[in-house]
Formats: sequence, structure tokens, C-alpha cells
Amino acid sequence: MSVVTTSFPNTAPGWQLPSRGKVAMAGLIIAESAIFTIFVVAYLFYLGKSLTGPAPREVLETPIFYTICLLSSSLTIHFAAKFLARGIKFAFLGFWLLTIALGGLFLYGTAQEWHRLIYEHGLTISTNLFGTTYYSLVGLHGFHVTAGLVMLLTVAVLGLCGHIGIKQSGHIEALSMYWHFVDAVWVVVFTVVYVLGR
Amino acid sequence: MSSNAITIPGNQIQSRPWVDELHQWVTTVDHKRLGILYILSALLFLTIGGVEALVIRIQLMHSHNNFVSPEVFNSMFTMHGTTMIFFVAMPVLFGFANYLVPLMIGARDMAFPRLNAFSFWLSFLGGLLLYFSFLGGSGLYGAGSAPDVGWWSYAPLGARAFSPGHSSDYWTLSLLVSGFGSIGTAINIIATIVSLRCPGMKISRMPLLVWMNLVMAGMVLIAITPLSAAQIMLLIDRYLGGHFFDTQAGGSAVLWMHFFWIFGHPEVYVLIIPCFAFMSEIIPVFSRKPIFGYPVMVAATVCIAFVSMSVWAHHMFTIGMNSYANSFFTLTTMAVGVPTGIKIFNWIGTMWGGRIQFKTPMLFSIGFLFQFLVAGLTGIMMAASPFDWQLSLSYFVVAHFHYVIVGGILFALFAAFYYWYPKMTGRMLSERLGKWHFWLFLIGFHLTFDVMHIPGVLGMPRRIYTYEPGRGWDTLNLIISIGAFIQAIAILVFVANLIISYFKGAKAGNDPWDAWTLEWSTSSPPLAYNFATVPTVSSRRPLWDLKHPEDPDSRYE
Repeated sequence: MSVVTTSFPNTAPGWQLPSRGKVAMAGLIIAESAIFTIFVVAYLFYLGKSLTGPAPREVLETPIFYTICLLSSSLTIHFAAKFLARGIKFAFLGFWLLTIALGGLFLYGTAQEWHRLIYEHGLTISTNLFGTTYYSLVGLHGFHVTAGLVMLLTVAVLGLCGHIGIKQSGHIEALSMYWHFVDAVWVVVFTVVYVLGR
Repeated sequence: MSSNAITIPGNQIQSRPWVDELHQWVTTVDHKRLGILYILSALLFLTIGGVEALVIRIQLMHSHNNFVSPEVFNSMFTMHGTTMIFFVAMPVLFGFANYLVPLMIGARDMAFPRLNAFSFWLSFLGGLLLYFSFLGGSGLYGAGSAPDVGWWSYAPLGARAFSPGHSSDYWTLSLLVSGFGSIGTAINIIATIVSLRCPGMKISRMPLLVWMNLVMAGMVLIAITPLSAAQIMLLIDRYLGGHFFDTQAGGSAVLWMHFFWIFGHPEVYVLIIPCFAFMSEIIPVFSRKPIFGYPVMVAATVCIAFVSMSVWAHHMFTIGMNSYANSFFTLTTMAVGVPTGIKIFNWIGTMWGGRIQFKTPMLFSIGFLFQFLVAGLTGIMMAASPFDWQLSLSYFVVAHFHYVIVGGILFALFAAFYYWYPKMTGRMLSERLGKWHFWLFLIGFHLTFDVMHIPGVLGMPRRIYTYEPGRGWDTLNLIISIGAFIQAIAILVFVANLIISYFKGAKAGNDPWDAWTLEWSTSSPPLAYNFATVPTVSSRRPLWDLKHPEDPDSRYE
């Protein structure tokens, strides 16, 4: 096998590039945003086009409490990541578990709302266009919250076993980017479904 | 200069049992091996998709032919389109990107090697899933086998009522799975280019191939995902009783068209931009001149990416949009021709006054330039909505987009094969077989796709199973089919060349073309770690600087 015969002068100190984890997470967020955009467009396009009831105005209730839960979880994960970057593991774990609790609470809220819609109002994904677009948009978001919670829980377990330190700070920041994104999507979904859509 | 290969004790050279070798290929996370796997899987599907094209052409060879049944014919054109776009063009371009991008930016691998392997296997298994429909597509209902509702699966054809059984499910799932693979690879390419460039490789010094693959990967993130979203909606319709595209419940068939083409048109640019990338590397080397107008090329690429996101509805002029939408999409579509034209002028500017070497890669590149220009011109014709109303859904359209995909993308790919094969295998492809391949393919291509415009103008609709005699289509269709077979022979010559040269080709050495980008500074094929010492660059042509220390490019930056 032939060998490399070319050598380059070794210079250029201070060559710094962005962290690959954050760049990749940004890429994933762009891709996910495009998926959500399509679902949001479908929701808006089909507003008021259902041939049968129930209509959004009749059955939807604004989930203000659970929205506050999810949005404040963005704040707690931000603090958690900041504490980890400074090496304060105890505070990191505390805020991290708080984030999980808030995210879990939000999912519980969604579950409760769906239960109410299905059993009290008979609205399922196949009832009408509203059902189809509502469950798929909110469900897609709920799926992302669930996926985020699985990742957060994994980190929590690793953290409780003492495997998360300042070295993992970059990974944790990438993960918190994802969680912020999930929250930001909820702002859009909330606006579209509960504000504009009623 | 001292030799700087890393000496690894043990068995780099010794041959292993083939099971070990196979195991290594299946479990590899090396970007070069994955790149080759992408390319090989694409060649496999190219053969299958090519056979499907031949079946279509035999069926249309003369009027009232019944070589295959109408049902088989429908699944043939559906599978041909789906295969060629998703399981040939995408993987082969990802393969080259995978192989070349890290080498060109002086990196040792992609940013996420395991994600890379995962993405490849997703795409490949997506292809297998599509073809499993031939066996499993009838499902419990005993109806249908391979997907047969066209590669765009327009609503309501994709709905349960019109494609019973599981054929459309296989189509949906395979595109969803391979779509996730594409997104993974795109993220990987972006992260690699942004975060792993070697010292000195500023974004203004990146080879154009790297630039264009960065733009391509960015487009994949925005363009493939709407398709994935639409496929999820279709699955909800088919399995959960949703009504997204169910017109009986107020759903809209046109919405599916919009979602499909929001993916579909940028997809064309996702495929052609890496081909522009090949041209931008190959033409300068064989013209012995640096690329003309580097910054303008980058700007034009980014410009194409932006504009191409807003042209999709030119595929839908015939559905009856209002005049504002028609005018908007006519204008944007024509606007996309401007940056594309800039590129063509830049390539000609590169060749102008150069000492052009007519090696096989250059022949294919020149073929690309000419044919891509013609394809662009028929594109401009179709962009005018009144003209499109007349010729949409005719063979004129089929001729136009095959001119882009075969005359443009495939010619550029062949150029890339001849150019980088020495790097990938360490052997040169035979020039003699290469010339045969080029001329046979060129003749076959022009026989098929030049002539194909005419039956379109005469009113022959696309996708028809057969036609009446005496409409003036018979002779033309016969010529088209003969051309298709000449192309098939040319492909056989190409495959023979790939195989023979692998064993008997002349040794390539590190830098057979006297080129200027970093991949030619390492051995052919490169060792697993690419570069023993990570290179440092100070201009756009690092190898020129090394070969000409008295007159380096860096002096003029």
C-alpha cells in the first residue's frame, strides 16, 4: 500500500470551529421546523372546512396552566445547563428533575384533554377534518415532548449515577436546545390551535 | 518531506477471510466505505430501475403492443420513477458527498460516523422495503402488488379506496424511512463542513464541491421533510381513518399536490447542485485553470437554493390556480434560470483559453454543459404557464425532465465516476472503454430524449399504456426505444469498465490528474484515517501551493 508523501506546514494556531453537536442539533431543529410547518399549514388550511361537528369553538379549552408548565421548563433547563457548565452538579440535577416534572405535567395535561375530547365530545382522529388535523398536530408535538422526556430521563439516570459532569456540558446544551425548540413549537401550536383556531 | 503515514503494527495488507471482510463492510463507520456502499447500492437500484425503463420502452415500441399488462405497466413507471429519484440519484450523490467532503476539507471522518452508518442503512433498507412490495404488496386483500399510482401518488389514488392492499403502504414507508436517512446524512454533512474543517480552510477557501454540498444538505433539511410530513399524513389517512386527503370528508387533493411539490421541485435542485459541484471540480482541472468566478459561483448556488424553494407550483399549472399564482410561479421559475445561467457562463469562462484535456471525465462534463443548457431551455418554455397548459402531462414534459436527470445529472455522475474512481480504488478506469461508454451513451441519449419531445408536441400523453396506430407516433416511439437500448449497452460497457479496471486498471498513484484539492494529497485509496497529519491550507488550491512553492495561490488572496 502506498504511503502519504505530501506533508503540509503545521501552522495556524487558534483555529476554532463551532461544536459539531450544536451544529447538528441546529440542523435537526431546522428539519423538524419544516415538518411542523407542513402540519400547521394543513391545520390552518382545514380550519372551518369540516363537514360535520364538533367544531374547535365548541370543544377546545385553553390549557393555560399546562402551557405555563411547559414554557417554564425552558427556564429550568436553561438554569440546569448553566449550573452544569459552572460545575455545580447538585443544582444541575435539581433543575433537571424539575424540568422533567414540568414536561411530565404538560403531557398529563394533553392526555387529560384528549380523554375529555374523546369520551365527552366523541372527537377522534377520524371524526372530521378538525379531529384529523388537531390530533396529528398536537400529537406530533406531544410525540416530540415524549422523545425529549426520554432523553431527559436518560440524562437524569446517568446524572444520579454520577456520570454527568462538566465534560458533558456540551451535550447537555445541545439537548437543552432541543427542549427549547419543543417549547417554541408549542407557542406556535398554541397560537394556531387555541387562539387563531377558535 | 518525510513520509508521514502512521505505521500501525499488524495486518493492514494481509487478506482476511471473506466473511471477515464482509463483516467489516457491514459494520463499518468509515465515511469512505459508507460512501462506496451508497454508490454500490445506487448502482444496484440503477440496474433495476433501468430494466423497468426498458420494459416501459418495449411496451411503447409500437402501437397496440401488449408486452406487459396495463397493471404491470403502471407499476413499472411508478417503480421506475420512485427508484431512480430516491434509491439511485439520492444515494449516489450522498455517496460521493460522504466520500469526498471529509477528504476535501482535511478531516479524518464525518462529524458523526455512526449516524452516517445508520443513515446509509436506513436509505438502503428503504429501497429493499419498496421492492419487497412485489412480494408482500397484496397483503390480506389480495389486490395489487407493487405501487402503481405514479411516483407522486396523487390523492385520492393513494387512499385506501383506490389503492387497496399494501402497495401504497410500502411506497409510503420506504420513502419515510429513506427520508429519515437523508435527513441524518444532511445533518452530518452540515456538521462536518461547519465543524471539522482543517486549519486554514476558511469558508472562502472551501472547494466548490464542499460549498455546494453544504447548500444541498441545507436544502435536504427543508425540502425532504415536507415529504416526510405528507407521508405521515397519508399513513394517518390510510391507517387511522384520517381525512387529510379525503375529498368526501372535505379534505383536499390539491393540498397533497402542494405538499408533494414543495418537496418535489427543490428535490430537483438537491440532485443537480451536487452535479454542479462535480462540474466545478472537474472542468477547472481538465482546463488547467482555476475556476472562473468562485464567489459568484457560491452566490449563484445559494441563490438557486432560495429561489427554488418558491417555484413548486409550476408543476400544477393545469389544476386551475388563479392568475396571480400562475404569474408568480411563472416568474420565480424563470428567475431560477438566471443564477443557473451564471453558472454555465462561469464553466465556459473556466474552459475559455484553457489547455483543455479531453479525457473521459471532461467529455462527460462537456456533454453535461450542452445538455443541461437544452434541458434548462425547455424548462423555461414550460415555465410559461400558457405553454404548460398545452404540453403538461405530455411526453414533452417527460423528455424535459429526463433531459435534466439523464443529460444533466447522470452525465455529471459519469464524469465524477471517471474522475474519482482512481482515488477510490487506486486504479484508473480504462480510457478506451470510457470513450466507448461516452459516445454510445451520448448517441443513445440523444436518440431517445431529443426525439421524445416530438410525440409530446404531437399530443402523446405521458403514462399511456398503448396508443392507436396512424397518429404519427409509431416511428418516433420506435426510435426512442432503440435509443434506450443503446443507452443500456453503454451502461453495460460502463459496468464492465468498473469491474475490469478494478482488477486490471493502470495504477493511479496519489494524484493522477495533477489536481489541486486535498483528496489528491493522500494515498489512493486513502487509509482509514485519511491524513496522517491534519493538513493546513492557505489558499483555495492547497496542492497547487505545494507543487508551486515559487508561485502559490496564497500570494494573491
